[in-house]
Amino acid sequence: MDTPAATPASRTFNVPATASAADGAQTLIEIDSFDFYYGAKQALFDINLRLADKRVTAFIGPSGCGKSTLLRCLNRMNDLIDGTSVKRGNVKIRGIDIYGRDVDSIELRKRVGMVFQKSNPFPKSIYENITYGLRIQGVKSKARLDEVVEKSLRGAALWDEVKDRLHESGLGLSGGQQQRLCIARTIAVEPEVILMDEPCSALDPIATAKVEELIHELKKQFTIIIVTHSMQQAARCSDQTAFFYMGKLVEFGETRDIFMNPKNPQTEAYVSGRFG
Amino acid sequence: MEKSTFWVFRLATYLILIAGFSVFGDIVVKGSATVFGAFKTTSTFPYFTNTFLTEAPESLYVFEHKGEKREMGDREYRAFREKETAAALAAGQPAPQFKADSYVYSAGGIWPCIVGTVLLVVGSMTIALLLGVSSAIFLSEYARDGAFVRFVRLAILNLAGVPSIVFGLFGFGMFVIYFDWNVSLLAGWFTLAFMVLPVVITASEEALKAVPKGFREGSLALGATKWQTIRSNVLPYALPGILTSSILGIARVAGETAPIMFTAAYVVRDKLPWDVEKISDFFFQGVMALPYHIYVVSSKIPQNEYTARVQYGTAFVFLGIVALIAASSIVLRNKLRGRYKW
Ligand SMILES: Nc1ncnc2c1ncn2[C@@H]1O[C@H](COP(=O)(O)OP(=O)(O)O)[C@@H](O)[C@H]1O
Ligand SMILES: [Mg+2]
Repeated sequence: MDTPAATPASRTFNVPATASAADGAQTLIEIDSFDFYYGAKQALFDINLRLADKRVTAFIGPSGCGKSTLLRCLNRMNDLIDGTSVKRGNVKIRGIDIYGRDVDSIELRKRVGMVFQKSNPFPKSIYENITYGLRIQGVKSKARLDEVVEKSLRGAALWDEVKDRLHESGLGLSGGQQQRLCIARTIAVEPEVILMDEPCSALDPIATAKVEELIHELKKQFTIIIVTHSMQQAARCSDQTAFFYMGKLVEFGETRDIFMNPKNPQTEAYVSGRFG
Repeated sequence: MEKSTFWVFRLATYLILIAGFSVFGDIVVKGSATVFGAFKTTSTFPYFTNTFLTEAPESLYVFEHKGEKREMGDREYRAFREKETAAALAAGQPAPQFKADSYVYSAGGIWPCIVGTVLLVVGSMTIALLLGVSSAIFLSEYARDGAFVRFVRLAILNLAGVPSIVFGLFGFGMFVIYFDWNVSLLAGWFTLAFMVLPVVITASEEALKAVPKGFREGSLALGATKWQTIRSNVLPYALPGILTSSILGIARVAGETAPIMFTAAYVVRDKLPWDVEKISDFFFQGVMALPYHIYVVSSKIPQNEYTARVQYGTAFVFLGIVALIAASSIVLRNKLRGRYKW
C-alpha cells in the first residue's frame, strides 16, 4: 500500500467513463430517481442529477431543503445516522452503484472526501492532522508522509503559513487556516471527489476569498461539490449549479444560466433574493 | 427572618467544617506521633529508617527491667532476654526473671498492609478500567438506543446503589467459593472492580460523549473505520475525563473494608506478596490491607493506649496513601489534558 491511488478501492472505481455531458466533460456522478428518508420522514424526492468530472458544482437552496443530506449521501456519511434509508434510486460514481451490496463505505470515503461546515481539525499537530488519513491506511514511511504533508499543505495554499510550525497543534491556527488545514487533510488521501458543506459559513470575507481561490486551483485535480448559502459564492466559484427546494431538485444547469436566465420561476425568485 | 435563616445555613456549614477538621486533626496529630516517632538512624545509606512504615506488625512487650519501664517489639524483646540471661550467667548470677505484658500488633509496622492496599488498588482499578471503558464504548458508540441499552443502564444504576458488604458477600460466594480462588488477591481485585464499575462506566460514557462529533465525522470522512476512529480520535481525548472520575473510584477501592474482608484480606501474614514460589501463587494469596488492619486493631483485640498508637498511625498512613494515589492520577490527567486540548 504505497500510494492511495493503488488501493483496491481506486481499482473498483476505475471503470471507463460511460456517459458524456453535453459540453464534452465526462460524467463522474450519476444520481437517478433517488429517494432518501430519515426514519419515516422523506428528505429527498426523486433526485436526478449528472455531475461532470473535474468541475465545481454548487448546491444552493433555502435552509432545510436537503442540500447537506444529498451531499452526505455521496460519501454515505448518512449511514452513520440511525434509521436513515435509501428507498428508491441509486447513486453511481464512475458507473459503480455506491449503495451496492459489495461496496465498502470505508473505501468509498477514501475516494470521496469531505470538508465540514464547522472546521474540525483534530486536536493533534498540523503534521498529524495531514497524515491521519494515510496512517490509518497503514502508511508508515516517514519520507512518504513528509512528502505528502508538504504537497497537501501546498495544495491547500497553507504551506508558507505553517511550514515552521508543523508540529504545533492544528487548533492554534486561525479559523480560515483551520478550514484550509481540513482541506489539506482531505486532499492528502488523494480522493477523486471533494464534498464541501458550507465551508466558508464561519469565515470572514478575507478567509472566504482564500478558500474560494483554493477551490479554483483544486478543480484541476478534483471534482468538487460545494453546498453554499451565499449566491455570490456559488456564482464566483462554481461551473454548474443545482437549486433545491423542499427536498426536490428544481433546476440544474450551467451556473451562468441559473443566475442569468433561470427557467423555473422558483429558481428565479430564489436567485433574485426574493426568498430563502 | 431572612437573617436567621441565613445564620442557620451558615452555622450548619461551620459545623461541617469543625467536624471535618476535628476528624482530620485528630488523625494527623495522633497518627503523626506514631509515624514520625518511628524514625531511627542506621549505619548504612540512607542512614535512617522508619520502622512503622517498613516492618511487619509484631507483638509489643511491656516490662520492668532494673526499675525501668521498657517497651519492645517481639524480636527485640527476645534478643534482649537472651543477652541479659547470657550476661547474668557469665557473671555467675541467677538468670533474671522477665515478667512482661504483651499486646498483639502493637509494635513493628504496617509495611505488608501498605503493600497489600497498593496491590489491591492497582489491580482492581486496572480491571475496572478495562471492563468499564470497554462497556462504555459499546454503550455510547456502538449500541443502538433501545430496550436493551436502557436495561443495561438501569442495571448499572442499581449496581451503584448496592452496599459494599453485599459486594463482599457476592465476591465470597462467586470468586472465593465457586471459582475456588480462596481468599486471594484475584478475588479481591474482581470484587472491588465490580464495586467501582458503575462509577467507571458512567464516567467513561460522559467523557466519550464530551468529545465533539466533528472529530468522529472528520475521521470517518477520511476513510477510517469506526474502531480506528474511536481508538485514535476519540478515546485519547476522553481519557483525561475518564481518569478524573476514576480518582473517586480509587479512594473508594482503597478505603472499603467490607468487600475485602471475606475475599482478600488476612488478619496477619508474615510473608510479603512477592515472596512466592510460582508466579501463579502471587494471584492466589491473601494480603494484609490498611482498612482491614484498622478494623482488626480497633475491634478484634483488647483496647489500650498501645493499640491506639497503631490505629492512629495506620489511619494517618492510609490517608496519606490515598492522597498520594489520587495526586498521581491528577498529575497524569493534567499531562494528558495538556496534550489534547480543544
Ligand atoms: N439527522 C437528521 N434526522 C432527521 N431529520 C434530519 C436530519 N438531518 C436533517 N434532517 C431533515 O432533513 C431536511 C434536510 O436537511 P438538510 O439536508 O440539513 O438541509 P440543508 O443542508 O439544505 O439546510 C430538513 O428538513 C431536516 O430537518
Ligand atoms: Mg446544511
